[in-house]
Amino acid sequence: MTSLPQNPSKVKLGLVIDLDICVGCHACAVNCKEWNTSGKMAPLTDIEPYGAKPDGVWFNRVHTYEAVDEVAGTSRTVHFPRSCLHCDDAPCVTVCPTGASYKREEDGIVLINTDICIGCKLCSWACPYGAREYDEDEGVMKKCTLCIDKIYNENLPEESRVPACVSTCPSGARSFGDLGNPDSDVSKLVAAREGYALMPEQGTKPVNRYLPPRPKKLGNEVAPRMLEHQDDGSDGAGLLARWVDKVLSA
Amino acid sequence: MHPAKSVIYFTTASGAGYGLLVWLSVMGAMGIIPADRTFGMVGFGLAFFLVISGLLSSTAHLGRPERAWRALSQWRSSWLSREGVAAIVTFGPTGLYALGWVMLGQNTGLVGLLGILSALLCLITVYFTSMIYASLKTIPAWNHRLTSVGYLVLSLMSGALLMLVLQISFQMGHTGLMIKLVVGLSALAALLKLTYWRSIQKSPATSTAESATGLGRFGKVRMIESPHGEDNYLLKEMGYKIARKHALKLRQIALVSGFIIPMALVASLGSIAGSYALPVSTLALLSAAIGLAVERWLFFAEAKHVVTLYYGESAV
Repeated sequence: MTSLPQNPSKVKLGLVIDLDICVGCHACAVNCKEWNTSGKMAPLTDIEPYGAKPDGVWFNRVHTYEAVDEVAGTSRTVHFPRSCLHCDDAPCVTVCPTGASYKREEDGIVLINTDICIGCKLCSWACPYGAREYDEDEGVMKKCTLCIDKIYNENLPEESRVPACVSTCPSGARSFGDLGNPDSDVSKLVAAREGYALMPEQGTKPVNRYLPPRPKKLGNEVAPRMLEHQDDGSDGAGLLARWVDKVLSA
Repeated sequence: MHPAKSVIYFTTASGAGYGLLVWLSVMGAMGIIPADRTFGMVGFGLAFFLVISGLLSSTAHLGRPERAWRALSQWRSSWLSREGVAAIVTFGPTGLYALGWVMLGQNTGLVGLLGILSALLCLITVYFTSMIYASLKTIPAWNHRLTSVGYLVLSLMSGALLMLVLQISFQMGHTGLMIKLVVGLSALAALLKLTYWRSIQKSPATSTAESATGLGRFGKVRMIESPHGEDNYLLKEMGYKIARKHALKLRQIALVSGFIIPMALVASLGSIAGSYALPVSTLALLSAAIGLAVERWLFFAEAKHVVTLYYGESAV
């Protein structure tokens, strides 16, 4: 049924991505691909992977942006992982004509039943975030499952029951948890860091949150002096060195 | 947006087919056009051909066309599903009306009631088709109050032109009313499209690179590194740009070929000799077909999707 859940549970599983910490290494994207190409939405088909124009299905894409304030003369470079936000008002679900696209009542995860998907691509048109990609080879849509086959997997040690992108992140920029519970660690993190939703004006009520880069620490506004090959100054040198410099330069 | 040929053919051909069905039903039910069997057979045959070939063509862009029947299940939430259901329901009364006309030689009275019902259902189906696009908030150029009106008027206009050509070919008479309708609808369509184009040009952005990334607090946002070196599905499907480069020229072609030439040619029918009526009206139809195909191609190709904000677009 592609209507949104009538009685959604309070649990809203999702990700919190800290843009202050992300170093843009793409490990989340790579490990996502590795886990999911044999997971629930498998395979994540690649077309011409070694050809001139490789293409393929990925659930996670890492962009890099620059935000420039021309008046203040400042800029920030931010690495920005983009994946499904598991929206509360997921338009990709309601546009689906077949019922293949659905939002789980128990935890809010948005999934696709690839056995009944007709590959009309309308869900990818309805999603503002580019979370859904078309698998040309299978003729169906694919998307992030929040590693549903990992987070509930009792064969894995408990600390491993988080999405692949979270467990692999070397800088700890990604957190996973219940954003519907205000007392969860992720909700507290969002509250403390003023985490935000992407494009709230699209009305999709995303569950995932992004934590903004922290303000730059104010310090010496001037760039450090470059060491020059020719030694033509004695600023900042000690008393003795300046005296020697003076005597020898005479 | 990538303009899929199958969808362009679907929306224009089935639009014209439904438009023709509306005029056949209305003109028949009102007793303006007599229930001539050959005329009915050719008219309904052509209309059903356009509608059915359009619907079949729309399944050509599916990844799994053999599962298309599943698209009928989610009419509670999905406009695409509603459109599929409406298309099938419409075949009932329309088919019966066509049978009444062709087999029984009747198109008024009780049979005429079926005609009115089928005209209504045809319009509802075209409206549902338009809502597939108009309901998408991610594409502001489609999420526009004139999208549905445009689909309906263009369907009625192309249908009226087809009807007129058929009336002239079969020397059915009563072309005066149809000529007025074609001229009026073409003028209305031209006005609508001009208003629409002006409006999408002027509309303020609904989303920006700043709102898409939430980084506006630090200044103007631009992408400095793409996640991938080659185009992915999102860029191929949503990042279509060629049309915007030629948008103005293509709009002029759509306007002149789609509406102005057909309007002028059809308006001239009243004052030219009867033997020229068929070639002139056929020419008007051909011109309109080209114009409408360009118009529909532009409708898709020109529309920007907000996901492009993640790939270097600054405002959509």
